[in-house]
Amino acid sequence: MSLDCEAPVVKLEQEIEELKKKAAGSGADLGKEIASLEKKLLSLKQEVYSKLTPWEQVQLARHPQRPLMSDYIRLAFSEFIELHGDRLFGDDPSLIGGFAMIDKHRVMLLGFNKGGSVEEKVKANFGMAHPEGYRKALRLVKLAEKYGIPVVSLIDTPAAYPGAAAEARGQAEAIGHCIMEMTSVEVPLIAIITGEGGSGGALGIAVADTVMMLSNAIYSVIPPEGCAAILWKDSNKAPVAAEALKITAKSLLELRVIDQIIPEPLGGAHRDHAATAAALKAALVTSLASLKRISRGKLAGRRLDKLAAMGRFK
Amino acid sequence: MGWFTRTERQNVVVEKKEDVWVKCPSCSAHIFKEEWDKSFMVCSQCNYHDRMTCDERLAMLLDDGSFEERYGKVTASDPLKFADATGTYAAKIDAVKQQTGLSEAVKSGTGTINKTKVAISVMDFRFVGGSLSSGAGERIFLAACYAQRHELPFVMVSTSGGARMQEGIISLMQMAKTCAGVSRLHKAKVPYISILTDPTFGGVSASYALMGDVNIAEPGALIGFAGRRVIEQTIKEELPADFQTAEYLLSHGFLDMIVKRATMKDILHRILLYWHSK
Repeated sequence: MSLDCEAPVVKLEQEIEELKKKAAGSGADLGKEIASLEKKLLSLKQEVYSKLTPWEQVQLARHPQRPLMSDYIRLAFSEFIELHGDRLFGDDPSLIGGFAMIDKHRVMLLGFNKGGSVEEKVKANFGMAHPEGYRKALRLVKLAEKYGIPVVSLIDTPAAYPGAAAEARGQAEAIGHCIMEMTSVEVPLIAIITGEGGSGGALGIAVADTVMMLSNAIYSVIPPEGCAAILWKDSNKAPVAAEALKITAKSLLELRVIDQIIPEPLGGAHRDHAATAAALKAALVTSLASLKRISRGKLAGRRLDKLAAMGRFK
Repeated sequence: MGWFTRTERQNVVVEKKEDVWVKCPSCSAHIFKEEWDKSFMVCSQCNYHDRMTCDERLAMLLDDGSFEERYGKVTASDPLKFADATGTYAAKIDAVKQQTGLSEAVKSGTGTINKTKVAISVMDFRFVGGSLSSGAGERIFLAACYAQRHELPFVMVSTSGGARMQEGIISLMQMAKTCAGVSRLHKAKVPYISILTDPTFGGVSASYALMGDVNIAEPGALIGFAGRRVIEQTIKEELPADFQTAEYLLSHGFLDMIVKRATMKDILHRILLYWHSK
């Protein structure tokens, strides 16, 4: 899948590829031509990807080849021991968590699992959690607090699941409870929006001391399509709503809702999983080291001050 | 968010004829206006609880003249410079202020319930669907902080469609901010009573509204995370008739009790007395 604006990039990439094949086949020295085209490609990419509209970034944030929770576990963490179940009703495969190591740090890792293959996606409910997911997350946050372990949340969910069973088992209560507890736990909390930060479903595990976003991730109170359907009475106006809602990492940093942007490789995280995971790891390790220096009794108060300052009113 | 677009419910029509009759918006029964007012806008025929304004609610719950508003100067701003097909958010807020005489979707302050002092915040559905904005979040947060500082029980009356999307992510952050306020109450062991009224959804149900020490709802109030229509349309599931009613939430374990308006103040009084008798 590529964006319309990427067409010239894709075309040039194909040209270079063909030239390379030709060089290999004929033995002709096309090194100069290839180098020149590659230089041109780089500046073209910089040009194209610096001008993405919010709606184009929505497409990148939802890109089918975008790295998933499982990719980050494999590429950025050295150990992951998954812990299952909310101890109340069941285990939610959409929101997973467990013990993990990153660099030299122990962390409790939480995150949304969208699934890779079609079967996995269906099993993981496309990363839309039920109340059990949030209750498991809360259990793991409390477990982390018990042992003084920082919590890392990787956020990539369209929304909390809007279904009958989810309502029957208290979706609102589960999310609210998780948010409320995370405002006051006495261990460092770091949240990284890696793909879609879908409203309350995302915020359920995104209250944190440091909130970071990958450069093409989005974080929104409502999906642009939903907002367009309500306020424009036309879901085709989603690109306009995406612009108006200020959902890109750049806008959210300006609004001081997030603390840091983690740059993705040119063209988006899907083009280079390893480089994306390395950037995420570097940012995470730096942030962990600095949060660990804050004494335990001061963290929650600091977080409360930060939350209290969230708002723009007259 | 689906409830925003649902068919407009009928407003109470006070028949011009002598202004003595009220037509129930639910069953269309004609009720004496005097009886209607005395029963706090509850239909004597079908038990329908009509939506109340924040001032009507404060009058119902608090002792006469005891309410003192706080943080009334905190009001909506327009952090995103938002505009949709119908115009700017700033203009919409101005119009709603004119229509309602309110400056936000929440009124906060202090008052007494049978002489026991409480901190209280009451939402008003007329103000952009009672949506949780920066201003509303700040008023709730400050009221919770006031309650904690002065060790006053905190009473929160909710009615809301959820976050105010015209304030984008900033409105989403109000869920965390208000929860931080409520969390402080819990840590300080200051009582928090949450009253959920029709309707309470989205960002409000999924933050402070279900986090009370005691959760109370009014009969028939619709309470949920996602709106019924969103669930029906996106998931294509068949929903029970009583889905997301207060009665449904009570039987599923998310409420402590359902209380009629006529006895609401008395129940609050009894709970407060219980807390104070150490």
